[in-house]
Formats: sequence, structure tokens, C-alpha cells
Amino acid sequence: MWNGDYVFVVSNLVQKDFKVRYRNMSLGIFWSLLNPLVTMGVLTFVFTRLFSSQQKNYPIFALCGLIPFNFFSLAWSTGTSSLIDNASIIKRLAVPREVIPIATVLGNCMHLLIQVGLLSAFVIAFGDGLNRHWGWLPLIWTMEVAFVCGLSLVSSAINIYIRDTRYVVESFNAVLFWLVPVVYPFSYIPSRYREIYLFNPIAAVVMALRNILLEGSAPAASLVMKLCLSSSLILALGLVVFRRLKKSFYDYL
Amino acid sequence: MIEFVGVSKLFRHGGGAKLLRSFVQDLWQRRKVGTFYALHDVSFRLDRGESLAIVGRNGAGKSTLLSLVAGLAQPTEGRVMVQGRVAALLDLSSGFHFELTGVENVRLNAALLGMTRKGTAQAFDEILSFADIGDFIHDPVRTYSTGMLMRLAFSVAINVNPDILVVDEVLAVGDQAFHAKCLDKIEQLKRAGRTLMFVSHSSPLVRKVCKRALWLDHGQLIMDGIVDEVLDAYAQQPVPQAPA
Repeated sequence: MWNGDYVFVVSNLVQKDFKVRYRNMSLGIFWSLLNPLVTMGVLTFVFTRLFSSQQKNYPIFALCGLIPFNFFSLAWSTGTSSLIDNASIIKRLAVPREVIPIATVLGNCMHLLIQVGLLSAFVIAFGDGLNRHWGWLPLIWTMEVAFVCGLSLVSSAINIYIRDTRYVVESFNAVLFWLVPVVYPFSYIPSRYREIYLFNPIAAVVMALRNILLEGSAPAASLVMKLCLSSSLILALGLVVFRRLKKSFYDYL
Repeated sequence: MIEFVGVSKLFRHGGGAKLLRSFVQDLWQRRKVGTFYALHDVSFRLDRGESLAIVGRNGAGKSTLLSLVAGLAQPTEGRVMVQGRVAALLDLSSGFHFELTGVENVRLNAALLGMTRKGTAQAFDEILSFADIGDFIHDPVRTYSTGMLMRLAFSVAINVNPDILVVDEVLAVGDQAFHAKCLDKIEQLKRAGRTLMFVSHSSPLVRKVCKRALWLDHGQLIMDGIVDEVLDAYAQQPVPQAPA
């Protein structure tokens, strides 16, 4: 029986991911900033110059969509292959299997934190600055992380039995990009689909961020409720499915 | 305490993992995938403080048995009961990341083996001094020799202070001096009432360390008894034929 320290194990695994990733990069965290900045620049150019969007503060509008989506797609795809990537641990150490995908998703949070810092700097420098609704942000980000953890638990476990799961995940990511208001505003969604649309936690996160950072208003209670509901549901589902599937990991690795 | 009751472990040929294509093919053609017993109807009981060796040819099921004890795999049939904390040293590099330094790996591995933050801090100096690899401890593990890696891995596993220590075949790479040190430490653990399970192809070592032995062949328990008797019988077995 393994009865060790979950927090200690997860923090060690997260540090491992972080060290391994950044030790081989000469400019370190700079790379975490470059990608969203470049995409933001491109989107801003395309939508303000070519399509002359009326959206005020387009760069911040774009970052509010890009940062949650990029975190989601990166964390989900690394989470999906996490068990295969750590096969030597699964085959040889009795550590509870759940910690592997969860630590991998949390490892991506370092990345996310840096980008959230970038977004905050943008809002303070070029936008409306701080307001009291920023107090919502920790809850909103936590729900996104919980959602990705839940999805990764399911997909990483299935990926052990069917190795091409990660390609399905990649395609799903591509579809999801268009189910989130990254490049288009929410008002483009036909009104009869809006309620359902916001059950997608990533879309809800993007909407809430724009409420707080662009409009200076609190996110609607129904929006926050939907976000919390669907994220916790997926996390719970992930833990249940994972527990059922983990018994034969050893035989399939 | 460890108890196996009628334990069998069935594996599929090819490890089971599949691409979507072969799932569809199997469904379509109703193809039966070949399976084999890595362990078949094995029962034994090991009490606290006993030291057990497992001998047998390659592929006899020794490592499968250890993986069941360590809780890595589930038996297909039968029941496995294990009481107490197990530290399993089944492989040198498991849990080690080659880009991390020795120090970082010690902490990571201790955590994976189930140690607390406090326990790791307390055992830390003891682990480093037991491994005794000098300043290399601050270098990435990919630069280590096999011997150094084994010293570090063994030293973490043994200092986790397990109730049950499971060692598979890894002692062979250490030098004489380290070997002696490990045997000392194992004796200490045995005196402290810890349980030991040990796989090795070196029969002098097995005789020295263990009182009891299991002999496995093709997943079946051939003999369970005093180490000298089992090893003598194992040594006299007819020249093995290729498995049918």
C-alpha cells in the first residue's frame, strides 16, 4: 500500500516538468511570452486592419481568448500522453496513478501564470486597470484547471488502451478553438444557442475574463454557476473513470 | 505480511495496447488474441521478518510476482494481500529523470516511494552518504555510470525505511565494497523485523541473504522451502527444454 504524501509527490513531479522544460531553453520564460504575443499581434492586425473590428482594446480582447484556450489545448494534450511518457513510473512504482496526469496539467500552470502576468500587465498599462472584480479571477482560473484535469484523467487513461487517442484529442482541440469566442465576439452566437454554448467551461472562462478585464463588471452569476458546475462535473467524472481504468495499466504498458 | 492465495496472472501476447485499427480488425474478424499465464495458481505466505528469495529461469514469472507484491499489477485470479509499506527496487532507472541532478532525483524518488516531505529531509544526508558518489550528486543523472545510478537508487529505496523491501536483480552492478555495505544494511533491516523479497541469479548471494526460497518455472510454483534445499534442487534440474 502506498500511503505517502500526495502534495509532496505532486509538487516534485511539477518541479520535474518545469526544470526539464526550462533547463534546455536559454531564454527560459521568454518563450512562454513570445507565443501569445505573436498570436495576439497577428489577430489584432487581421481584425482591426483587414476586417476593421469595432472591438475596443482588441489586443486585450484577443489575449482574453488566447490565454485560456492555449493553456487548455497544451495542458490537455500533454496530459493525455502523460501516462505513456511516464511509463517507467507506472511500471515500477506504486504511486497512485492519478498524480501523473494531474501533475502534468499543473506543470503547465507555470506557463499559464506567466501569461496571466502578461495579460494583467496589458490591462494595467493599456486597459482600464485594476477593479474590485479581479477577486473573481482565482476562482475562474481554478475552474479551468479543474476542467482540464478531469478531461486529462479520462483521455490519458484511454490513451493507454488505445494509443491513437491523442490524435483524436488534437483534432478535438482544433474544433474547440471555434467553439470558444477567441477570434469572434460572443454576440455572433445565435441567441438560442447562447445558454448551451456557455456550458463549455473554456467559453465561460473567456466570457468571464472579458467581463472583468474589458468591461470592468462582475461576471453574471449564471455564468459562474455554469462554469463551476460543468468543471466540477468533468473532474468528478474523470476521477471515477480513471479509477475504473487504472487497474490494468500495468498490463497494457 | 504477504499472502498469495491461488494467484494467477494472465497476459496477452504483445502487451495488449493497440491502435484503433487493430481494435476494429479484431472486432471484424473475431480474432482471438493469444494469452499466457505469467503466474499460475501460486500460493504462499510470508510473515513479518522473513527473507525470501525467488529463483527460476528467465521468464519464469519472478518479476511478475514482485510487481503483484508491489501493488503495480492486479492478479487475474486469486487474492494478493500485502500489509505494510513496500519499497520496490525493480529497475535502476525507474522514477529517475536523466536531465535532473542526483539531489533532485533523490527528492523525486523519495516522494514517489511514499515518503513525506519531512521524512525526506531527515533521511536526506543518510541517503547521500550511503550512496557515497561525491560531488557527482550535483550533476545530471545522465552523466552517471550504471554503478553510480544503482548506488543512488538503492540508497533511496533502503532509506525509505520500508516494512517490505523488494529487490529485483539490481545489486549485481555495484562494486565489492558497495555490495558489502548493502548486505550490511539488509542485515540491519532483517534484524529490525523487516521483510525482504529478493530476486537474484547469484546463488551465493541468495544463500547469504535469504533463509527461504521459492522456485518458479513457467509461472508455476515448483518448490517452496529452505534456501539451500531449493537452490540445490534448482541446480540439479534437467537441462531446460525450449518451452513448447
